[in-house]
Amino acid sequence: MDLLANLSIGFEQALSVQNLLYCFAGVLLGTVVGVMPGLGPVATIAMLLPATFTLPPVSALIMLAGIYYGAQYGGSTTSILLNLPGEPSSVVTAIDGHQLARQGRAGFALFTAAVGSFFAGTVATFLIAGFAPPLAEIALKFGAPEYFSLMIFGLAASVALAHGSLLKAIAMVVLGLLLGTVGQDLYTGALRFNFGVIQLADGVEFVAIAMGTFGIGEIIRNLENEASRKAVISRVSGLIPTKQEVKSITAPIVRGTVLGSALGILPGGGAVLASFASYSVEKRVSSDPGRFGKGAIEGVAGPEAANNAGAQTSFIPMLTLGIPANPVMALMIGALIIQGIVPGPNVMSERPQLFWGVIVSMWIGNAMLLVLNLPLIGLWARLMTVPYRMLYPTIVAVCCIGVFSVNSSPFDVYVMAFFGVLGYVLTKLDCEPAPLLLGFVIGRLIEEYLRRAMLLSRGDPSVFVDFYDRPVSASFMILSLITLVAVCVPAIGRRREEAFRG
Amino acid sequence: MRNLIKSPKDFYCGLLLIGIAAIFAAEVRHLPIGSAFRMGPGYFPLVLSVLLAALGAAIFINGLRVRGEPVGSLPWRGIAFIALPVIFFGGTLKGLGFVPSLAATVLATTFASKRWSIPSAISITAALVLLATAIFIYGLGLPISLFGPWVGGY
Repeated sequence: MDLLANLSIGFEQALSVQNLLYCFAGVLLGTVVGVMPGLGPVATIAMLLPATFTLPPVSALIMLAGIYYGAQYGGSTTSILLNLPGEPSSVVTAIDGHQLARQGRAGFALFTAAVGSFFAGTVATFLIAGFAPPLAEIALKFGAPEYFSLMIFGLAASVALAHGSLLKAIAMVVLGLLLGTVGQDLYTGALRFNFGVIQLADGVEFVAIAMGTFGIGEIIRNLENEASRKAVISRVSGLIPTKQEVKSITAPIVRGTVLGSALGILPGGGAVLASFASYSVEKRVSSDPGRFGKGAIEGVAGPEAANNAGAQTSFIPMLTLGIPANPVMALMIGALIIQGIVPGPNVMSERPQLFWGVIVSMWIGNAMLLVLNLPLIGLWARLMTVPYRMLYPTIVAVCCIGVFSVNSSPFDVYVMAFFGVLGYVLTKLDCEPAPLLLGFVIGRLIEEYLRRAMLLSRGDPSVFVDFYDRPVSASFMILSLITLVAVCVPAIGRRREEAFRG
Repeated sequence: MRNLIKSPKDFYCGLLLIGIAAIFAAEVRHLPIGSAFRMGPGYFPLVLSVLLAALGAAIFINGLRVRGEPVGSLPWRGIAFIALPVIFFGGTLKGLGFVPSLAATVLATTFASKRWSIPSAISITAALVLLATAIFIYGLGLPISLFGPWVGGY
C-alpha cells in the first residue's frame, strides 16, 4: 500500500502543468540531440545544467532525465536509418536495424525500437518504485567502509565498461580522483593544489570540466574529419506491423527488459552492457542464428528494450546511494548538489516529492516519446541531415555562456577551454573522458569515506575486507576484484573488444 | 629513436600521465601527509599521484614493447579556432559586454571549419547573437551587460 501512496505523490508532482511541460521539453530536446550527429546527451545536459539553477529541483531533474532517455530513443533512429549510432548503447541496434532499413522495412524496425523501449521503460519504472525504497533502507545502515568499497566497485565497473585499454581507463579514473582533490581540504581547511591561483581554492568547477571534455573536446574531435552525412532513407513507411510481426518481437522485448533491468542496477554504465548482452542472448536462443547481422528483428527488439530498461534502472544507484553509474548520472548528481540536495539514501525520506515525482515522470516521458517518435519520424529523418558546421558555433556559444553563468567567473571559462583541449588530447591517445568525470565526481566523497573509515579502524586497512564484521564492504571489494580480473581474462577480454567494435 | 617507440599513442600517453603525476607530486610536498590512521590533507593525493605515475610508466613501457597505431596529425586549425575564442570570451565578457564579445567569439569559431563562406558566417553570427540575447539576457535574466565599459557601456 505504501507503494500506491508513494506513486500517488509522484503522479501529483509529475502531472502538474509545469512539470509536464519540463518533461516534454526534456524528451523533445533529448530526441533532437539523440538524432543530430555529433551532439549527445552528456554535452546537452552539461550545457543545460546552469539553466536549471532557477528551476525547482523536481522540474530540473525531470527535464534532465527526459533528455537522457529521450536521447536513447533518438539514438536508435539514427542507428536504424543512418547506421550511425548516436549513442554507445545503440551500436547494437545499428547492426540489424540498418539492414532492415535497407530492405525497406525501416518503419517496422523503428516501430519495434519505440514500442520495445516503451515497454521496457514502463517495467523499469515499476522496478525502481519497488526496489529503491528497500535499497535505500539498507544504504542507511552503511558505514564509511561500506561506502568506500561500494564506490570502488562503481569505479571498477566503469573501468571495465570503458573502451580499449584497461590501464588507460584506470589511469583516467585516478586522474579524475586527483583533480577532485584540488581545493580546500575538508578536514583541515588546508589549500591543496591551487598552483598559486586563488580561484582554485574552491576546487575545479564541475560544469567546466564536463562541458570542456564533452562539449568543447567533442567539437574539436568532430572537426577532425568533417564528412557530410546523407540519410539513406528519405521516406519511412510501414509503421504498423502485422499480427505475425508483433508476435515475433514480443518475446525478445520481454527478455531484453528483464536483462536490461538487472544489468542497469549495477553501477558502471548498465545500458551499454545490457544491449550487448541482450543481443548475444537473442542470437543464442534463436532457431536460426544465421539471420543475425542480416536484418533480424529480434536483434533490434531485444537490445532496444534492454538499453532503455538499463538506462532507466541506472537511476536506482544514483537516487538511493548517491553513486553515479555513468557520466549522465554524474551530471544529475551535479544538478542535485547545485540545488543544495545531497544525493543519497536520505533523498527518498526527506524529499519524497522529488524522488517519486522524477520516477513517475519517467513513465510519462516514455509515453510522450512513443507519441512523439512514431508520427514525427519524417521530421527526425530530415534533422539528421543538418550539417555539423551549423551546429558547432552554437554549442561553443552555449557552453561559454553556460559555464560563465555558474559563478560569473571568467576563470571557469578558461578552465573549460583547458579541459576541452586536454579532453581532446586524451581521446586522441585512446583515453576516454567518461571514467575521468566519474572519478572527479566521486573524488571528494571517496576521500572523505576513506579517511573516516581509517580513523574508525585506527589505520588498519583490513577493515574493508573484514568478512566477519564488515561482510557488505568485503563483498563489494571481492566483486570489484572479480570485475577487474574478468576483463583481464583473455576470453572475456576478447568478447569485450568485439562488443565495443562498432 | 623512431625504432624505439613501437606504439606512439601509448608512448605519449604514458609521458603525459607521468608529467601530470609529477606536477601534483611536486605540490604535495607542501602538504602534511599524516599517517594511515590520521590522514593529512596530502595523504590521499600522494597515493593517487604515485598510482598515476605507476600507471603512466606501465603505459609508457607498453609503448616501447607492443606495436600500435600512430597518433595522427593534430588538427591545429580546429584546436586554435575553438579554444582561443573560448578564452577570448572569458577575458572580454565583462569588459566588452555580451553582444560584442559573443559576436567576436562565434565569428572566430567559424574559422575552425573550412566549409564556411564569409557571408554565411556573418549571418549565423548575427542570428546566434540575437537568439542568445533573447534567451539568456531577456529570457533567463543573466546579469551581464549587453555593452560593457570598454565600448562605452556600463
